[in-house]
Amino acid sequence: MHGRPRKASKPEDEAASTTKAQKLRALQTQFFSFHHSKIYTKEAVELSAKLLEINPESYTAWNYRKLAVEHYLSQPDCNPETVKSVLDDELRVVESALRQNFKSYGAWHHRKWVLSKGHSSVDLELRLLDKFQKADSRNFHAWNYRRFVAELMNRSEKDELKYTEDMIYTNFSNYSAWHNRSVLLSSLLEKKAEGFLSKENLLPEEYEFIHQAIFTDPDDQSGWFYHLWLLDQTVTTDHPLLVSTWPAHGSDVFLVGDRCQNGSFSPFTTVLSDSGSFPIVLYFNQPVKGVSSSTVIIECGFNKNEELLWEPLSVSNSQTAQVWVAHLKCPTSELDSSVEISVGYSKEIVSPRGSQYSHPSTFSFKVHVQPVERDSSRVSVAENILWREENFKVYRAQSEESIPIPSFDQLCIKNGHESTASNWRTEALAKEVECFRELLSLMDCKIGKLTLARLLMAYDVMSFPFANKLVHSEEVLELYNDLMKLDPTHHRYYKDEHSLVLLRKMTSSEESLLQHCFQYKDSVSSAIGNPICLRLNNLSLSRIRAFERLLWVQMLDLSHNELESIEGLEAMQLLYGLSLGNNKLRSLTALEPLRKLKSLRVLDISYNRIGDHSIDTTRYLCSSPLSHSVGSELNDVALINYWEAFYMFKDLNLNQLDIVGNTIADEKFKSVLVKIMPLLKRLDGELLD
Amino acid sequence: MDDIPPYPPIDPTTFDLIVIGTGLPGSIIAAAASTASKSVLHIDPNPFYGSHFSSLPLADLPSFLSSHSTSPSPPRSVSSEEHHDFSLLGLAARPIYSSIDISSFSPDLIDQFSRKFILDVAGPRVFFCADKSIELILNTGANQYMEFKSIDATFVGDSKGNLLNVPDSRAAIFKDKSLGLMEKNLLMRFFKLVQGHLADEQDVKISDEDLQSPFVDFLNKMGLPPKIKSFILYAIAMADYDQEDTGVCGDLLKTKDGIDQLALYNASIGRFQNASGALLYPIYGQGELSQAFCRRAAVKGCVYVLRMPVSALLVDKDTGCYKGVRLASGQDIFSQKLILDPTFKVTLPSGSSPSPPLQAKLPFFSPKDDRGKVVRGICITKTSLKPDMSNFLVVYPPRSLFPEQVTSIRLLQIASNLAVCPPGMFVLYISALCNDDDQGKKLIHAVTKTLLTVPPPINSESSAAVQIKTAESGCAVQDETAESGSTGPSDPGEGKPTLLWSALYSQELTLGQVDFICSTPMPDGKLNYDDLIDAAVKLFKEIYPEDEFFPQTSSENREDDGDGDAFPET
Repeated sequence: MHGRPRKASKPEDEAASTTKAQKLRALQTQFFSFHHSKIYTKEAVELSAKLLEINPESYTAWNYRKLAVEHYLSQPDCNPETVKSVLDDELRVVESALRQNFKSYGAWHHRKWVLSKGHSSVDLELRLLDKFQKADSRNFHAWNYRRFVAELMNRSEKDELKYTEDMIYTNFSNYSAWHNRSVLLSSLLEKKAEGFLSKENLLPEEYEFIHQAIFTDPDDQSGWFYHLWLLDQTVTTDHPLLVSTWPAHGSDVFLVGDRCQNGSFSPFTTVLSDSGSFPIVLYFNQPVKGVSSSTVIIECGFNKNEELLWEPLSVSNSQTAQVWVAHLKCPTSELDSSVEISVGYSKEIVSPRGSQYSHPSTFSFKVHVQPVERDSSRVSVAENILWREENFKVYRAQSEESIPIPSFDQLCIKNGHESTASNWRTEALAKEVECFRELLSLMDCKIGKLTLARLLMAYDVMSFPFANKLVHSEEVLELYNDLMKLDPTHHRYYKDEHSLVLLRKMTSSEESLLQHCFQYKDSVSSAIGNPICLRLNNLSLSRIRAFERLLWVQMLDLSHNELESIEGLEAMQLLYGLSLGNNKLRSLTALEPLRKLKSLRVLDISYNRIGDHSIDTTRYLCSSPLSHSVGSELNDVALINYWEAFYMFKDLNLNQLDIVGNTIADEKFKSVLVKIMPLLKRLDGELLD
Repeated sequence: MDDIPPYPPIDPTTFDLIVIGTGLPGSIIAAAASTASKSVLHIDPNPFYGSHFSSLPLADLPSFLSSHSTSPSPPRSVSSEEHHDFSLLGLAARPIYSSIDISSFSPDLIDQFSRKFILDVAGPRVFFCADKSIELILNTGANQYMEFKSIDATFVGDSKGNLLNVPDSRAAIFKDKSLGLMEKNLLMRFFKLVQGHLADEQDVKISDEDLQSPFVDFLNKMGLPPKIKSFILYAIAMADYDQEDTGVCGDLLKTKDGIDQLALYNASIGRFQNASGALLYPIYGQGELSQAFCRRAAVKGCVYVLRMPVSALLVDKDTGCYKGVRLASGQDIFSQKLILDPTFKVTLPSGSSPSPPLQAKLPFFSPKDDRGKVVRGICITKTSLKPDMSNFLVVYPPRSLFPEQVTSIRLLQIASNLAVCPPGMFVLYISALCNDDDQGKKLIHAVTKTLLTVPPPINSESSAAVQIKTAESGCAVQDETAESGSTGPSDPGEGKPTLLWSALYSQELTLGQVDFICSTPMPDGKLNYDDLIDAAVKLFKEIYPEDEFFPQTSSENREDDGDGDAFPET
């Protein structure tokens, strides 16, 4: 069925297909006339059968037959026997259509419909399926239908699992069989069926099984897909966990009314709170829903009666997100107050799969308020922040300071149970690592290298979640470098993975992170105060992640990289200044995550590729202008032409924007920007009136 | 010879070709010659087709073996008074079997079923689905007279009685439980290399230098571990001799030939839809094959006379050239060509010295073969060697059973679904090449000792065993208990199948001769028929250089081949 070369049609074939088309057209015309006048006589129905036998893709004909069946079944003289004969007729028609094309969606669907009526023998279906699966063992239509039939006849999942095994033994190059296996195992695990109580016991056996396929023929992809699924099963914990917060546990937060720094506070934890509130960020290990004032209990000496509004930070606007934020009003008194936040003591925080957050954690921090000394002249003058090399100097940490990378220790004390239960995961990963090192010692194998890289990374993350070092990161980076050379077709994917590993490596320890911490200019004269600027520029990053360790960052320099997307950046709620200059961003909609950053004031997106392509490939991710009534401030023409700009910038409170060096940034566009953002002080370095 | 029935006279008395003996090569030549519109007379002194390629009822096997084991009494003196134009050369049976040892450990049971066992005289033998014999069978339409079943699996045995699955395909490698992951990878990569080479892929071409080197060297070069080497050499390429010891290796396989064997094996797997493995076995036994070609010949006009001994050859007095044969009935039949079964020996006219022209041809009368012998064993058990499996092949590579074992020993278990034995019984065919009878016996005994529980002998007649004596009472009791329920072996400790009956014999090996008189080869020590078919083709070309060997006539026979349904299972 597979791997057959296409042959050019011969003239006589073409003649034959012309005649066939003519015949088909005649049939179709007549069929439509029956259909439109709702004629369900025997002749009319037979005609549709004839049509479907030639062309099983005629959806209208299938639907017509459904109507005809309903028509017969609603006749007053309808008895069980006629029902059966009518439905049997349908099954016959489907079978002959499938004989013509066993990958016809319409035909398989019609069969399901008939079977769902519940008057037909299901046993016959299995026999039919055996025939189709013999003809093409990978036919996913047949496998789909098989799942349907198995459910209908209540065939045990264990029997079906055995069936996938038999099919795999016949020929393991069978994506559908491996896929069905993963579906069945997931379901059995979820039900905790006998013999499938835990992944711990099941996964090693499955690894053993897939190794046979991978080692026998590493060039066959189907096995690798299943291996990837197993790896995913190994690393993902079922229950959501809190992995990071801002403010971090045990930290001291200094809230200042403006950026007038008096030098006595740590630059890492001093936050401008001109809005009168500060954010609290919860970062989970997977998307969750149900974070609310009833599931997250907050205790503090101030704002006792305030109900916090938890907001999911997700681009898709769903109520499920990995990161949640709430804004707590600043204490009015100058006294230091401590805040204690407890997550997950009630059971409503769940993953989309339905796993509950089951390891309640508590974290606390202290809040210090800096009295507001308003100096109106300073605030009004917007300083131009230039992301130039000479403007930054390496930050030297004072001994008592530490980066408020979330103190995992405190969180994980209560997660002790989970970490011992996870031992088998690290063991399984270690075993896999060993196994694939062995394979690579035998042969050069791209997918083998990729898998080893993934395994090593997963192993590092799993076994050293709280350690300061990722022991294998150098090796993994080397593997991805190798792959980029070996397999240029997938260069971009390897590049992305390389970037993520690099980021993980740089953020994994305080020591490595400090190397990227800078201070902007002479802090005292600066109107933006003196936050630390994390500079991850010139690293040829094509993707970014590891945000759970960067929640504290207020200034971030990502310039001179190769970013096309900034997905996930919405987690950095404290961000005040961001440089994305000299990257490969292609559209304004690629900046979508910025819309969630309420504190962002300074943005540099100069020298990107926005507007290079007339078609914005990420545009579909955003909602349509037509579905919004907003935008009346602009005239219609501008709204239609620059809708993305309006959508992106309208809710941002930018003071400074650099957009020069993008195709889109002509004078007309700039004037629109100025209209959209009345608060904007500087555009491309020029002071605005 | 008093009980020979009266022979009806044969008419006509002149043919293009006379073939004596209905062994496989003779039958193929008879069918090919008939197809080429020759008039052919095919004679066999036996009352059945197939000669020493036949499958015989158990009751008839001992007498058949022993009748071909001793030199028969010299032929009746042929009086020379009748003809003045011809000299008469007497024809006598030539002893081909020796050291015949037939033992029955459960005589009652065996006697009861003795007609239900149909035993191959030249076993073990199978077809590869894509070998020359299957091609020939399909090409000639002989398949309409035969049905086949697939042999389920091939194993490699060791001295401890373990049977290791031979991973002979991608699916088999995947499924195999005994190979390590590394070994699986190495083996599959080797298979892919061979496939790539055969498919003429440029980057995986095996160099000419490698192709001419010994196959075992090439396998070493590919870094294959001993276990896998052994699988490839002896259980897939079916090498006969120890390939790693050039001192004793009678037949060192070249890489080219090894790869051809792998290609044959590979092409065999999956060739027919209903044959799961690479090997086939005919229902009712191997004797069916000779018979199928005889039927084919008969359809094309070949005249068959069974139970007809030939007493002498007629040769021209002056030139010494062959003229015809004198049958046991006394009738003289003439033909231009003669194909002689190797079971016959030409004797010189008694009392007269051979004429000069005949003397010149004397070397023919003492055909010599340096290929040694093949030892064959047939065992009957009531339990399969492998639970849940009926028909399979086991190979014991050289040195796998004892250090001095220099040849592969092959064992084929056949069950009742191939209609050669009663239900619940199994026939094991064992063979190996050997230099002499003692060595041969040692080889077969090594296998039976490893796999079977051999009860103390009750009845064993060597060499000239003509019939089996009845059992002694003690054993009969033992067997009754076996019959009354417990299907397991009588020795509870070992768990091996118990031997019920066995036959062991050595067989001479002769090649086909193309000489003064053409003679066909004996059954060889190979697993399939390909060498024998080559020999038959060569003989045919020798006697009819102008004619095509089974011209491809109609497409009717070829069609079902492509369909994969050529051998419907029953």
